[in-house]
Amino acid sequence: MQLELEHHRRTLIVRLKGELDHHTAETVKVKMEEAILRGDVHHVVLSMKDLSFMDSSGLGVILGRYKLITGRGGKMVVCDVNPAVYRLFEMSGLFKILTIRENERSALSSLEVVS
Amino acid sequence: MSRNNHMQLRFASLSENESFARVTVAAFASQLDPTMEELTDIKTVVSEAVTNAIIHGYENSPDGEIEICARIEDDRLHLTVEDKGRGIEDLELARQPLYTSKPELERSGMGFTIMENFMDEVDVISEPGKGTKVVMVKRIASKKALFN
Repeated sequence: MQLELEHHRRTLIVRLKGELDHHTAETVKVKMEEAILRGDVHHVVLSMKDLSFMDSSGLGVILGRYKLITGRGGKMVVCDVNPAVYRLFEMSGLFKILTIRENERSALSSLEVVS
Repeated sequence: MSRNNHMQLRFASLSENESFARVTVAAFASQLDPTMEELTDIKTVVSEAVTNAIIHGYENSPDGEIEICARIEDDRLHLTVEDKGRGIEDLELARQPLYTSKPELERSGMGFTIMENFMDEVDVISEPGKGTKVVMVKRIASKKALFN
């Protein structure tokens, strides 16, 4: 699992690459948390374009970071969600609270409207 | 129609083995010529059951052993994932969507719900202090059938 982090104004873009399961969840949690707490981060865009596998451990990590960022008054937008991951979002009800956009560009522009 | 086949896998209760287990079972199941979606379903349920065994069965101790048996019977894949860990006290509660006994670990509580959604049959046999066995069956609607 690799994380690519990029700051775009006050939005942190996180690109997940590889497989998100129980084994890799802790790394994702720690790296995202560090970047959110260290930088001047208000919103998060989570790109799943290069995510090849995810299970319920991934749902836990996403929900945890969602709570962190919304607790600070920010928003979290998820983009490039493949059908397999989307099914997990549906099953868990996460798609009701997460904002899902087609790609990074539309995720960023949806945040620029609100901020 | 596929010939019947079976395999067994035994490994240490280390989280590194979660991806090993799901990839290996998926490779075995590919004999049934599943679709990409069916293959993802199989990988996901193996990942869920093995993760449960590691986190809940063995409470993250690396000294446990997990055994997976996979069997192909005609167009069906039978899977059992078994641990000799602490077992589940209340099975009905454990299978509730969003229930987790370890909320402090950021668990989503969706493991059993995912298994039930992705497989045709899911049985959980557990005895406190002895271990847990998850038995699952999935029918693979072979792509080959379309051409017959």
